[in-house]
Amino acid sequence: MINSIRKNIKGIAIEGITLISAIIIIVIVIVMLLVIFIGGKDHLTWEFLTSFPTEGMTKGGIFPALYGTALLVIIMSIAAVPFGTITAIYLTEYAKENSIIAKTIRFAVRTLAVIPSIIYGLFGLGFFIKFVGAHIDGAFFGGELRWGQPNLLWASLTMSLLTLPVVIVSVEEALKTVPQDLRAASLALGATKWQTIRKVVLPGSISGIMTGTILAVSRGAGEVAPILFTGAAYYLATLPGLSDQFMVLGYHIYVLTTQSANVDQTLPIQFGTTCVLLLLTFTLNMSAVILRYRIRKKKNR
Amino acid sequence: MKKLNVLRTAIIAVLLGVVCFAFTAAPERITVKGSDTLVILAQKWAEVYMKTNSGVSIQVTGGGSGVGISALINGATDIANASRKMKNTEKEKLKARYNTLGVEVACAKDGITIYLNAASKVKELSVAQLGKIFRGEITNWKEVGGDDQSIKLYGRENSSGTYVFFQENVVMGDYASSCQTLPGTAAVVNAVKKDTYGIGYGGAAYAEGISICKVKKDDNSPAFAATAETIKTGEYPITRYLYMYLRNRPTGEMKKYIDWILSPEGQKLVVDMGYFPVK
Amino acid sequence: MTKKNKVKSSKAQGSDSQPSDLIDITRKRFRVGDFLAEKIIKGVALLSITIIVLIFFFVFREAFPIFNTSKEVKKSPTELAKQDTQETYGAVTDVDSKGTGQETYGAVADTLVKKDKTPAKGTYTVNAGSGTDDNKSALNTMLTKDWVPVSDKPRYGILSLIIGTFKITLISMLFAAPLAILAALYTAEFANKKMKEIIKPTIELLAGFPSVVIGFFALMVLATFLQNIFHYSTRLNSFVGGIAMGIAAIPIIFTITEDALTAVPRSFNEASLALGASKWQTAFFVILPAATPGIFAAILLGIGRVFGETMIALMATGNAALMDLNPFESVRTLAATIGAEMAEVVFGDTHYNVLFLIGSLLFVFTFILNAIAEFYVKGKLMKRIQGK
Repeated sequence: MINSIRKNIKGIAIEGITLISAIIIIVIVIVMLLVIFIGGKDHLTWEFLTSFPTEGMTKGGIFPALYGTALLVIIMSIAAVPFGTITAIYLTEYAKENSIIAKTIRFAVRTLAVIPSIIYGLFGLGFFIKFVGAHIDGAFFGGELRWGQPNLLWASLTMSLLTLPVVIVSVEEALKTVPQDLRAASLALGATKWQTIRKVVLPGSISGIMTGTILAVSRGAGEVAPILFTGAAYYLATLPGLSDQFMVLGYHIYVLTTQSANVDQTLPIQFGTTCVLLLLTFTLNMSAVILRYRIRKKKNR
Repeated sequence: MKKLNVLRTAIIAVLLGVVCFAFTAAPERITVKGSDTLVILAQKWAEVYMKTNSGVSIQVTGGGSGVGISALINGATDIANASRKMKNTEKEKLKARYNTLGVEVACAKDGITIYLNAASKVKELSVAQLGKIFRGEITNWKEVGGDDQSIKLYGRENSSGTYVFFQENVVMGDYASSCQTLPGTAAVVNAVKKDTYGIGYGGAAYAEGISICKVKKDDNSPAFAATAETIKTGEYPITRYLYMYLRNRPTGEMKKYIDWILSPEGQKLVVDMGYFPVK
Repeated sequence: MTKKNKVKSSKAQGSDSQPSDLIDITRKRFRVGDFLAEKIIKGVALLSITIIVLIFFFVFREAFPIFNTSKEVKKSPTELAKQDTQETYGAVTDVDSKGTGQETYGAVADTLVKKDKTPAKGTYTVNAGSGTDDNKSALNTMLTKDWVPVSDKPRYGILSLIIGTFKITLISMLFAAPLAILAALYTAEFANKKMKEIIKPTIELLAGFPSVVIGFFALMVLATFLQNIFHYSTRLNSFVGGIAMGIAAIPIIFTITEDALTAVPRSFNEASLALGASKWQTAFFVILPAATPGIFAAILLGIGRVFGETMIALMATGNAALMDLNPFESVRTLAATIGAEMAEVVFGDTHYNVLFLIGSLLFVFTFILNAIAEFYVKGKLMKRIQGK
């Protein structure tokens, strides 16, 4: 009797420890959210979002940074989503589960997912800027430097490599939710494999592709390290084109917290910008979570 | 199916839009690139200049002195801003490519400011003392008239022009390895603000909670704070120039622009932005 | 082009009512299309492998010149100056006292120049000239503890950086691993559905936090908060950075651990309970050991995340290259060094190559970590779960 009580107490204590760990994590997240939202909520105005920084970035808004972020994620998605989707199609529809190629690709995708983001930055500099860019300049512009320098295009492509695994994993998961019966039915009706994929499998997994895209955008909008030297600009008075450097939210936070001369004055803007970035990734992630939840529900049905 | 088509059209439209946008560039364009110390000032110059000279478009980007000078060497920019002098390796590269050593334009002056925590008892230091402090030879505040507490050093990243200048002119040796290197002026100010026994250096900065240390040339001379007056007369001992580098002697629009920057009108903006005029 | 044709033809196929004699012909055409589609898809799928190879190649390529010690000695700066004296323009003063022969423009007041010549100052000059191109000496200094890349005698001692990186990784793992694993155990074994619905989205939310936001939080709030509790003297140090990075690593460790725990077959659970073990005994002595390899993998990947984290390190660790095991001292990590110095470095310089070399180190390290997690751990996990 006593023994079993002791056992129970021990059990409760151990369960309690695990519960406390979970609660600590939740508290950390809530505290971070609260601190940043309370610090930045005054800046969540239309004006802050749509005006340029003024007075040496101590006043004004963050429009160019928002604009740059938007362009970055759009170009990034244009590059990453098709490639990611196709890779996922290959892995689920064509490759045999245990073939060497499929295994190697899966390993490569997982490796891509764990490579530190700063390495992508180095790669972007070494490959896109100093190799591809420099050769484009050599071939088309007679050596005049145009593409062989940090700019929006190279930064976006660098970012698309970073987000490629995110897309692949989400799309793969969605493709797997399309029932085998549907495929079999389509094939039985005389459709070829490619037709089946195009007409049956892909439409069935469009929400999965959306999830992947949203997650990739959320990741790309927040990463700073890969674009540190592939295109992010400290300050720009004009909106960027493809071959220009650009301002971006995450980098803007970094330069405001570390570079500005007037710390007290920029502090609210720092919180405001962080708040905007957090809201952005927060909204994107939540919509991805909801989408994925719906996909899983469909699968279980 | 319709959904897919709409999606596809939308994607193509966005693509086209982006491509079109990318290839629209202003014709008469001067590009300025480089030091983040100078970028705000350069931006201000460009802004004001463009108001009166509508025929020219000036594009300013930061990235760092090294980035600016690399771009100058590679032909990616017309003006490179730098908070340090061009290094010889860089000059060699410029020479190899354009057969010129470049043109140096000193466009503003910057007083390197020493920040102390507002609660610090120390109010003035000599250049020699600063050198010893940052070399790690003086490690306790009591040696320079403060509390019996160890000194916490804060400085800039080794890639910044400020780091190099301070090293050449004040530290005159290697920094103590305990010196925390932070990525920018704001980071240094913030650190000193929150550390009662901290000392840091950087460009002119304004913040509550830090005090600006007065500096004397040697033990016998009076101490001065960095103000426009003391920097102009040369009484404040740690001042540096901020530079613009060009490939060749300026001509045409560029000459007009540079001359305007060096004119009283341009130099007035220097003061507005917290730096000091060159003359 | 082929793709477009395919789209068109497949559309035609979809809308036509398919006369029976046509089926054969169309089929043949589509088989060609199908064949092409498969090949193209396969080709694109191989891209991720290609990217890995390219990253290997290009990061190493930029690092490689450092090993080329037989590099031809460059002209000394003074020689350069002698050979190239240039025409001058405008009101030029004698600013360039070091005699590198660069022309100046604009009337510069010479007060500064005169000051420059005061005896105390002339003695020390930082020269990043041809001295930095000496790869041999750079390599020789590589295993020292001094990281002083900008100096008259540049020293690239990456030892302190490596030790600093390991130190901060250890701190963050000591913080994050127990927390995340226990929380995952709770979620997988004890939590009811409602708690699960709170915990899992929270973790996903945390995973979505950009590292620059965590860095900002650490710099502005966490550093002050922790200093008030522990009363250490250096505000930004490896402890603060480690905790912040731990926060960033929690979602990874949590997710993989939870996956590993739920992957343990229910029969284990049932057998243990049937034998009279309580819920917590089952969780701790049956489920947890069965999932150990998975948890190990989770920790490995967490380490990989922390090891390469740049923004948090840059913002919250103080970045002093100290060789010191005290957790309350400032630290400089490999990734932060790249992030801080790359932008201002002279491209093609020794310093530049060394930074790429550090990048290669980081890359190889995370690659190996991932390979271990992937092959070794997974094989073990499979064996254990499937019973031998």
